[in-house]
Amino acid sequence: MLEVRNISYQIRNRKLLDGVSFQAKAGELLAIVGANGAGKSTLLKLCTRELTTLSGEVRLDKKSLTAYSDKELALVRAVLPQQNSVVFPFLVSELVLMGRYPHFDFHPSDHDYYVAETALKKVGMWEFASRVFTTLSGGEQQRVQLARVLAQIWDVPKGILFLDEPTTGLDLLHQHQMLELAREFTQKGFCAVVILHDLNLAAQYADQIVMLRSGRIEAIGRPQEVITVETIKHVFNLNVWLVEHPELDCPMVIPQQHQFSNRH
Amino acid sequence: MNTTAATINARTTIKKPPTSAIRTVVNPWLMPVLVITLLVTIVVSVGIGALYVSPYEIWLILAKSLGYSAAVDATKEAILLAIRLPRVCLALLIGAGLAVSGAAIQGLFRNPLADPGLIGISSGASLAAVMMIVLEVKLFQTLTGLLGMYALSIVAFAGACATAFLVYRIARMAGKDVITTMLLTGIAINALSGALTGIMTYLATDEQLRNITFWSLGSLGGASWTSVLSILPFTAAALVGIPRLAKSLNLLALGESQASMLGVNLKSIKRQVIIFSTMAVGTSVAVAGIIGFIGLVIPHLIRMGVGSDHRRVLTGSALGGAIVLTLADSLARTIVAPAELPIGILTALLGTPVFLWILFRERRRAAA
Repeated sequence: MLEVRNISYQIRNRKLLDGVSFQAKAGELLAIVGANGAGKSTLLKLCTRELTTLSGEVRLDKKSLTAYSDKELALVRAVLPQQNSVVFPFLVSELVLMGRYPHFDFHPSDHDYYVAETALKKVGMWEFASRVFTTLSGGEQQRVQLARVLAQIWDVPKGILFLDEPTTGLDLLHQHQMLELAREFTQKGFCAVVILHDLNLAAQYADQIVMLRSGRIEAIGRPQEVITVETIKHVFNLNVWLVEHPELDCPMVIPQQHQFSNRH
Repeated sequence: MNTTAATINARTTIKKPPTSAIRTVVNPWLMPVLVITLLVTIVVSVGIGALYVSPYEIWLILAKSLGYSAAVDATKEAILLAIRLPRVCLALLIGAGLAVSGAAIQGLFRNPLADPGLIGISSGASLAAVMMIVLEVKLFQTLTGLLGMYALSIVAFAGACATAFLVYRIARMAGKDVITTMLLTGIAINALSGALTGIMTYLATDEQLRNITFWSLGSLGGASWTSVLSILPFTAAALVGIPRLAKSLNLLALGESQASMLGVNLKSIKRQVIIFSTMAVGTSVAVAGIIGFIGLVIPHLIRMGVGSDHRRVLTGSALGGAIVLTLADSLARTIVAPAELPIGILTALLGTPVFLWILFRERRRAAA
């Protein structure tokens, strides 16, 4: 579904990404992990066409990303931003309906209203529909934004969902619900690409993990192949223990004690 | 994320009743009220003045001018058709144009404190006009010879376009974040035109100074059907063009990157907002001088009333601007009759307390 072929990106002489390639199939949740400044956000921006690169190619559904019109792309790919800064005091309902804007010209159809309402119920924010968005807490705002993003590609046959650190500001329950929701979308044939900081969340929910280090792919594959003591030591410069998840077949990361004093 | 309440599936045919909270509209009564207020304002403003004309007489005079036979007072007919009606039309157009441009510029800059003056439109127009008044150079004299009394307006409009274009080009040259750079460039260019205008004022003779003052305080005193017709195409273009951008301006409130993810062509919307605002504001400064306050405050008041959806804010601002400027102009020409107050003074003098009152009331309600 999403195919990244050997892309590089640089600003002036600083290489932010260098020869990155991977594929994400329909029905797959792909997590991008890595230390701060490893190039995760740049990679996501190249995949969503917020940035364009001269070297390498990004293909979406067997078609080059550059061949899509703005409108075509808005109908299949949705992006949940890392920070949201909504300047005017929109109502929650108005904000979620914005996700439907690519689908109608001036007046939303009954179907658009239905989708917005269902999406808002889905993220558990329906009671807040007629509240002012800017008065909500950070976590609540994030969930409303998710509803908007879901509403955007709710009813398309093959959508792709990009989430940039979606769990920031959410409590434990809503972190897991956020990722379960992303998984639910992949089960209906969508592709989800998620930047995550929490390796345990990545291990538990991702089908495939791309681990970045200084703009290059350090490891790629199933969680068990990527989340190892060695890669974590190399990428994050952190000594960890790995234990088995009590129910699932995935590793869990536990940082070792006293490692900061050992390092120098 | 209530997973039991809803399931993901493709198109369904379930129709929700129109009362659902997803269809919440803030103060739905406000738009019809604005339309009615506008109609009342027009009738009242056309009627009042040194010679009162009743609504019924207005009706008869209009009917007569459309070809129906009606017995009307010839003096009243002449005053209405030649003086009051063009003046009210001019006030409507300028008020609507200034307010809708202000709302669009605030949306574009993602800042409720922005106004059309910010990107140099007004200061460029007034600099050009003041230069023309003071310098009396050969070129201007030739222009005056060619264009008669409209020379000043045309020069002012050219000045507005030139400054807006300059600010936009400089911002584009500076690179990626056009909007922030435009804001800063606008402030810088405004300071420059302010300084140049200051030099001109310093050089001016007493008579020129009176002209400049009149210009910089604004007045609709020069209204005629010709001035109405000369700004009509520009203002009409803005009044039709800007509300079409409402959805894109809503999405811009989410941030530029999110707007482009939802299919907004950022370059095109920036260009359209700037061109339409320059058309509306530039022509209005050209025929009536600088009228402050409307472009900043009306959109603000409308947002307090109808919420943030630009589909209502833009239309509401156009209506509100037309109402307020028409009323203000009626006051300006009746309050110290037979003299006239510059309308810029009146809008600021009356507008500021009203605005502050509403602002404090809103803030206190938000805090409670």
